[in-house]
Amino acid sequence: MAKAELKSNKKTEIEDSSSLKGTLASVFFLGIFIVVTWVSVYFLFLDRF
Amino acid sequence: MSSQTAKLKVDPRDGKLAMAHFYVAFIALALGGLMGLLQTLVRSGKFELPWGIDYYQILTVHGVLMGLVLTTFFIMGFQYAAVSRTAGTHSPAARRIGWIGFWVMTVGTIMAATMVLLKEASVLYTFYAPLKAHWIFYLGMTFVVVGSWLDGAAQIMTYAKWRKENPGKPSPLLSFMAVINTVLWIVATLGVASTVLFQLLPWSLGLVDTVDVLISRTLFWYFGHPLVYFWLLPAYMCWYAIVPKIIGGKIFSDSLARLSFILFLLFSIPVGFHHQLMEPGIDPAWKFLQVVLTFMVIIPSLMTAFSLFATFERFGRSKGATGLFGWFKVLPWNDARFTVPFIGMASFIPAGAGGIINASNQMNQVVHNTIWVTGHFHLTAATSVVLTFFGISYWLVPHLTGRKLTKAMNKLGIIQGWVWFIGMVFMSGAMHFQGLLGGPRRSAFSTYGDAAQAAEWIPYQIAQAVGGSILFLGIILMIIIFVNLAFFAPKGEEEFPVGEAENLEEKAPMIFENWKLWLGITAALILFAYTIPFIDMIQNAPPGSPGFKTWNSW
Amino acid sequence: MHMHKFEKIWLIFGIGALVVFLSVVGVSAFYLGNKPPSCLTTIDPKKVDTEAPFDKPGLNKVEGKEWDYELVYVASAFFYNPGEVEVPLGAKVKVIATTKDVVHGFQVAGTNINMMLEPGYVNEIVTTFDKEGEYLVVCNEYCGTGHHLMSSKIKVVK
Repeated sequence: MAKAELKSNKKTEIEDSSSLKGTLASVFFLGIFIVVTWVSVYFLFLDRF
Repeated sequence: MSSQTAKLKVDPRDGKLAMAHFYVAFIALALGGLMGLLQTLVRSGKFELPWGIDYYQILTVHGVLMGLVLTTFFIMGFQYAAVSRTAGTHSPAARRIGWIGFWVMTVGTIMAATMVLLKEASVLYTFYAPLKAHWIFYLGMTFVVVGSWLDGAAQIMTYAKWRKENPGKPSPLLSFMAVINTVLWIVATLGVASTVLFQLLPWSLGLVDTVDVLISRTLFWYFGHPLVYFWLLPAYMCWYAIVPKIIGGKIFSDSLARLSFILFLLFSIPVGFHHQLMEPGIDPAWKFLQVVLTFMVIIPSLMTAFSLFATFERFGRSKGATGLFGWFKVLPWNDARFTVPFIGMASFIPAGAGGIINASNQMNQVVHNTIWVTGHFHLTAATSVVLTFFGISYWLVPHLTGRKLTKAMNKLGIIQGWVWFIGMVFMSGAMHFQGLLGGPRRSAFSTYGDAAQAAEWIPYQIAQAVGGSILFLGIILMIIIFVNLAFFAPKGEEEFPVGEAENLEEKAPMIFENWKLWLGITAALILFAYTIPFIDMIQNAPPGSPGFKTWNSW
Repeated sequence: MHMHKFEKIWLIFGIGALVVFLSVVGVSAFYLGNKPPSCLTTIDPKKVDTEAPFDKPGLNKVEGKEWDYELVYVASAFFYNPGEVEVPLGAKVKVIATTKDVVHGFQVAGTNINMMLEPGYVNEIVTTFDKEGEYLVVCNEYCGTGHHLMSSKIKVVK
């Protein structure tokens, strides 16, 4: 019983993942945008007196 | 007779109150927008205000109308309708309280506006003690806040009634979100109410001679940051719970949506010091602590970004889209109810990135009080939030007035959204860059004695005037659409879209509705972040400040 | 409550980035001395002109301190005193300022010198003027009709 459950869980995980790869790519694009802008302004801060 | 399955249509009696809010909101938009246009024209250096009107007077009008009137009235009207739609028609008692709230807010707005027009209150909507406005201005603002509490009470009453009639069940998502935002608002406005009632009103009435400036500012900013989340959460309500239905998809996760709203309640309040990072009299350790708490409030937005993309991707794939981004193309781009809020969502990416920079402790020195900040909140409030409000109006106004969004108005709505976007790219973009060069915000045109640095700013100011003019065109379009939907569109039925969760078996945990718990944690976090700095401010207070009136009267 | 694997990955990345940001600014502030201006000294705003160091606005050489000069400003609607100063290139300077009336925002455009001046409080920042040039000092907090006319000038010279 427990084994069967485990199996079905695993299966949905794989389907889930494959269908949200665009989402993962999109949020990572967003994340990288945030990091790049933050780092740019941080360097501006370091450069100025 | 609020049944278990809420009605599909907002009761006309509730609709009337919601519409009353929208009339005031859109009048504020029209007048506030005109003021905004004038400001950008003045700052271009090519235009001067006629008839002795002062730049800072119109700046005050713009801030009060857009930041307080448009937002508060629209939000209360929208949430009142959303609760009626999802938790059932408001009781006569709740509706009466809602109407009283509406009128108290409206009277307060008229009082404050009159004083600003008489040049008795050119203090901007952020008050800036020891600048001293006429007491009627402060009293008017108090009325706006108290009125909004009554409006909120109506929503809470109807939510409580639903909970009582449906024991053990999670409340409808939109009602839950509306109540979270109302509670957030009530807790936040305690700060501004305190400074107005206990400091500014007695002082402007001449009952006391001086005011403690730092305490007044701290109380204001205790309110000032949750204020922006009070604007944002209704947009999130639309993105999480309404847009999925509009596109024909599902809410990615009901529970995670609720969790993110709870995180907003907990973490958007004890963070006001990140508006005061450059101020004397506050220990840097306490500032940093609130910076850390500010960063906590970014997490629910990260969750929101994922949920929204996931909703879109799931929908696209259900329509047979393939590849990494194929789902993006099949979204209903010709539907204003989707496209306009979507432009708002996309704008939140640079808006959020800028916000993280603002909150980054000493990095704030680069941008504090420069026009970068103005550029920032014209992306957050004036694009993400406002475009979503416009997108909501496109179906909510006809829904409430028994009319239809016609094809022509839908098309005009999409054009409006893109006009806004283009205008904002010019205006907000130029503001961001000018700010990085050091150009100050809240300032009329000035060459600063022909300083070389100030000369570099002027091209950006001209770009802002171009953007401001395009945005004003956007406001005209929006007013045309609103008037059409409210009075002239053909009679018919327009849907109030309410999304369904993808996984209906996964019920939201009941702990989310445990208000004692969440209010308890909210209070604990506020006390933790503010108690000791506040005691320090009182114990080490300098002599109080008398009032100043450093602006010209008529 | 179920959370998708990708969402977990995203949140770990996102929260990780936030932790890195906080660590960078935290270490810079508390170990390298780059705290934002947060002076705790108070002053009677009516007595600014007679109290040290505000009785001598301008650039003053100091001895035996971590910095070489003190650059003292008194702000009032709508003036900075001094209106113009010269600072030697490379000088380590403590900028000290206060206001006699309303709130002002002291900002040297194009630098990190940006601090609020509030009646009753002194504010200060220590920095090394390591780039030559003429810098405009503006008021960046609304203070009244003449707010946009309030300015001063710093010349950093060899």
